[in-house]
Amino acid sequence: MIIVGEKINTSRKSIAEAVGNKDSAFIVAVAREQAEAGAHYIDVNAGTFLEQETDRLCWLVETVQGSVDLPLSLDSPDPRALSQAMTRHRGEPLINSISLEEDRFKALFPVVTSQPCKVVALCMGQALMPTTVDERVSVGAELIQRLHGQGIPLENIFVDPLVQPISVDTGMGLAILGAISEIMSGFPGVNTICGLSNVSFGLPERRLINRNFLALCISYGLSAAILDPTDKQLMATLLAVEMLLGKDDYCEHFIDAYQSGRITGA
Amino acid sequence: MSDFATLIESVTKGDIATAVAETERLLGAGSGVGDILDSGLIVAMNDMGERFAKGQVFVPQVLRSAKTMHECMRLLEPYFKEGHVSPKGKVLIGTVKGDLHDIGKNLVSMMMEGAGFMITDLGVDVTPERFAQKAQEVEPDIIAMSALLSTTMPSMLQTIEALNAAGVRDKVKVMVGGAPVTERFSQEIGADGYAPDAGSAVTKAKGLLGIA
Repeated sequence: MIIVGEKINTSRKSIAEAVGNKDSAFIVAVAREQAEAGAHYIDVNAGTFLEQETDRLCWLVETVQGSVDLPLSLDSPDPRALSQAMTRHRGEPLINSISLEEDRFKALFPVVTSQPCKVVALCMGQALMPTTVDERVSVGAELIQRLHGQGIPLENIFVDPLVQPISVDTGMGLAILGAISEIMSGFPGVNTICGLSNVSFGLPERRLINRNFLALCISYGLSAAILDPTDKQLMATLLAVEMLLGKDDYCEHFIDAYQSGRITGA
Repeated sequence: MSDFATLIESVTKGDIATAVAETERLLGAGSGVGDILDSGLIVAMNDMGERFAKGQVFVPQVLRSAKTMHECMRLLEPYFKEGHVSPKGKVLIGTVKGDLHDIGKNLVSMMMEGAGFMITDLGVDVTPERFAQKAQEVEPDIIAMSALLSTTMPSMLQTIEALNAAGVRDKVKVMVGGAPVTERFSQEIGADGYAPDAGSAVTKAKGLLGIA
């Protein structure tokens, strides 16, 4: 399971303050705790800075990679912010994200093909948010074909089925799970990724819902997740489920995490 | 004065069958359409809105109540057209150009309808020109815009500029909202109000129009 640590996002108040003040000590601490908790990528987002987004995203790339030896997930829909951040990034970043919306695709396609990178392909079509499995799969397949057709290896493509709240449509859970399953079986080698928290919007006990949803997603084949790796209950769920699905030889990862105090059952 | 307790309770519970039957009964018993609306349906939805804001009820419950109210409204609508009742205010709402997110916008729309506003929902990916054209046509009291992406937030400013160009800006109050939108941004683009969620959008709208 590929883990993208989600905590450095300016939609969170403490992060917005730190990015506003260019408080590198604070940002480095948040990056380090996620790396130590098992993140493979650190997501960086400066979306709330609008016209200063490019500047702040570049600062985040340099700050985080200055002290943590991990690739980053560059989180922005803005081609200028992404291309600038990419030039400052060491190694292959994960570009988060491109979609099939015409303007966004046109603007970002040259960016994601300009240098080796991984890319999140969001199942968002031109005219409407997808609701059914078929709508998600058809947008996902089209994105895979266009990106792969341009030479991006399948394993560098992370299809995001677009997680929407269960509170407004109780069919959303099965639509997402079905899409994960079909995309993983239809394009062997491709990755699927999603964030978890949207699913629980508008409901109580969101963390409980999120971690159960993660368990279901993994059982349907999800291969990467954007989450808070310092959430010990969430990580316990992730590792337990992978173990139960036979993906953890000798239960090594689960036991390691337990012995080093990275997970908790309650 | 009829007793609206059953109607209020069935709307808050989202019990469509009972709420519709009760609306029919009240109409048959000679209750005024305005009373059914103001003392029944809107009271119920206001209660849901307040409890939602306090975290005591949740989105599916609010949606269910809104749907129940909607079904009751269908029985009342013929009377509206005859001019017995006037709405609290008219709201023109949509998600801005380049943005397809509709969940938040729909919630605001439903909560506003629940509070007695008349809603014209333009959907998603609404161009500034379309907002301006519809504003001239509908003559709303409030124009409410939603954006969920930092890249589409500038469309809000463009829409306000289009309203200016069309000469309707000073006839409406402009409200903005959506995950990346802030109070500060709302002030920067010259909007009249910002609300962080659907419940407070209703409070803000009432405040802007001076309705209790």
